[in-house]
Amino acid sequence: MEKRLANWGNYPALSCDESTFSQDEQIQDFISSHNSIIARGNGRCYGDASLATFSVSTLKYDKVLAFDTVNGIFECQSGITLDQILEIIVPEGWFLPVTPGTKFITVGGAVASDVHGKNHHVDGSFSNHIISMDVITGNKDTITCSALVEPDLFWATCGGMGLTGIITRVRFYLKKIETAYIKQKQIKARNLEDLIRLFEEYNKYTYSMAWIDCLKKGDSFGRGILIVGEHATADQLSDSQRKDILKVPGKGKLTVPFNLPSFILNTFTVKAFNWLYYNKNTKREINNVVSYEPFFYPLDAILHWNRGYGKAGFVQYQFVLPLEKKDGLVKILQRISDKGLGSFLAVLKVFGKQESLISFPMEGYTLALDFPVRKGLFEFLDELDAIVLQYGGRLYLSKDARMKQEVFWNSYPNAQKFAAIVKTYNGDQVFRSVQSDRLLLTEK
Amino acid sequence: MPTVLILGAGSDMAIAIARQFAGEKYDIQLAARNAGSLNALQQDLQIRCHVKASVFSFDATDFNSHAAFYAGLPVKPDITVCVFGYLGDQEKAQSDWTEAARIINTNYTGAVSILNIVADDYAARGTGTIIGISSVAGERGRQSNYIYGSAKAGFTAYLSGLRNRLFHKGVHVLSVQPGFVYTRMTENLTLPPLLTAQPQQVATAVYKAAKAKKNTVYTKWFWRYIMLIIKSIPESIFKKLKL
Repeated sequence: MEKRLANWGNYPALSCDESTFSQDEQIQDFISSHNSIIARGNGRCYGDASLATFSVSTLKYDKVLAFDTVNGIFECQSGITLDQILEIIVPEGWFLPVTPGTKFITVGGAVASDVHGKNHHVDGSFSNHIISMDVITGNKDTITCSALVEPDLFWATCGGMGLTGIITRVRFYLKKIETAYIKQKQIKARNLEDLIRLFEEYNKYTYSMAWIDCLKKGDSFGRGILIVGEHATADQLSDSQRKDILKVPGKGKLTVPFNLPSFILNTFTVKAFNWLYYNKNTKREINNVVSYEPFFYPLDAILHWNRGYGKAGFVQYQFVLPLEKKDGLVKILQRISDKGLGSFLAVLKVFGKQESLISFPMEGYTLALDFPVRKGLFEFLDELDAIVLQYGGRLYLSKDARMKQEVFWNSYPNAQKFAAIVKTYNGDQVFRSVQSDRLLLTEK
Repeated sequence: MPTVLILGAGSDMAIAIARQFAGEKYDIQLAARNAGSLNALQQDLQIRCHVKASVFSFDATDFNSHAAFYAGLPVKPDITVCVFGYLGDQEKAQSDWTEAARIINTNYTGAVSILNIVADDYAARGTGTIIGISSVAGERGRQSNYIYGSAKAGFTAYLSGLRNRLFHKGVHVLSVQPGFVYTRMTENLTLPPLLTAQPQQVATAVYKAAKAKKNTVYTKWFWRYIMLIIKSIPESIFKKLKL
């Protein structure tokens, strides 16, 4: 059925045909009957990566196929979302090996974006934990691949934005937990220098990330709050928490029911929000034990928070710069602060080392922030892209809705190799998205 | 644990109903023409809900096989849900008897054939619940889908008669009248979002209505009133409408 589709940023919104499937043969029928297909999960990438004239929704392909509760191995179809998986595995004492900041993404999306989490510097990205997966490629074959078997297909599928085919089944390792709680520490940093020093000081923690105020100037430039955590052990819990140490928290009920008018977001309101967020922590350091839910998924508590950016939507800008290029980070933050375009909850994180073909993470600093779509924004982001390129960084394809093709080709060192592998498995370019056309990964 | 038999278990609505009952700790018997296609759902129900799920081959239009199918169930179900249906192509069915017969045989004849057998067993045992998923399309024939609609009308009348008969035997019959539902069956139709239910909403309504021993449930609930209005339009006017 033809309908208007947009991903989480509500930009771009396009008229697309979308179908669902629940059996593999239906995918093969789609490939036979369409010359342009892209898989789409829960639509939580921000931009145009899962938009195409024909998108195949995986949401009804959501069965759990196996769960080895002894060894922590999970196998499922690609359309199941992480929130459903958590409901199954947490009561058995297991957790996702890697999770992004929302649990409302599918496993297929986690693979295609090769998502990272607060533990990237310790555990790497999602692809590090995949045992094997099945992909239906351009010639309708189902190919089982892993880091050892059909490694080309495997690595081009991890972070490959769906261009190698439709991911059908994924088998991956889980992480053992004793409780469903996180022992967290929040430390306020007066400025960027302080914040980066704190990241180094606390780099032994499994989970770490920082909220950063992009609008502050002068001595407080880059102030923020570092948040680190570890899975809590039973003896660290309070008496009430100990009643059910593997409790899955209830579902959030708050929602933004409609698009807010875009004038609500301006420099003043963002500054006020940032002030409140920074000063809500009255002490320099807070230590407490919380459920995994507010620690990993604070924004999931507000359904449809993306509507807060209004009808025009927003783009999320996430880049990574090599560790030694800290001055590039300063430069970009200065540009954002000067422009007064900062967003709520800009997030800074340090990535660990990663060897990969086309995945986003590399050792360095990554900053993610939202910009409401308005006049002049894209020109400004082009300027930021130039700085990212100059310092040897790159942009996250899952967040991208507007990068120019040359930025992509010049920033991903294995782009040519990736494109060649895609050609092997998707020779007729049946798997293609608005993004792949824009980046010239597929020919228009 | 009580057991639910789901006839036509491959559809989106059936999957939602299976998950709903499994979530309430019912063991689930899944039956569909292509039993192999149900293996993933079987695993899914067992792992998610910690219940026993089993898979059986069942063809709604192979009437002669129905008695053997039911006799072959290792455990007789406490609840039988008849979900299978076939929307078909109205225009094709107007002139192509094969298509028309398939619509009638799936939505009506097949349902009568298997539910007769289940009803006799339940009546003899003096217990059980039969749930039939019919359709609001059966409440008034419209040019756009009257072959499907008339088959569903027959099914609705069958269910109400069955309810009347089995009430005296302590067996409950629930008729479900879904309006528009977002499923693969309706994927190519443009449906009004406010009037259209998700399969999960239907499943929840079915479970609650069965538990409360309701006779008829509409999903979404206001379809009962929409259909009241539609049924009250005089035929002299109705026949002129393009519906």
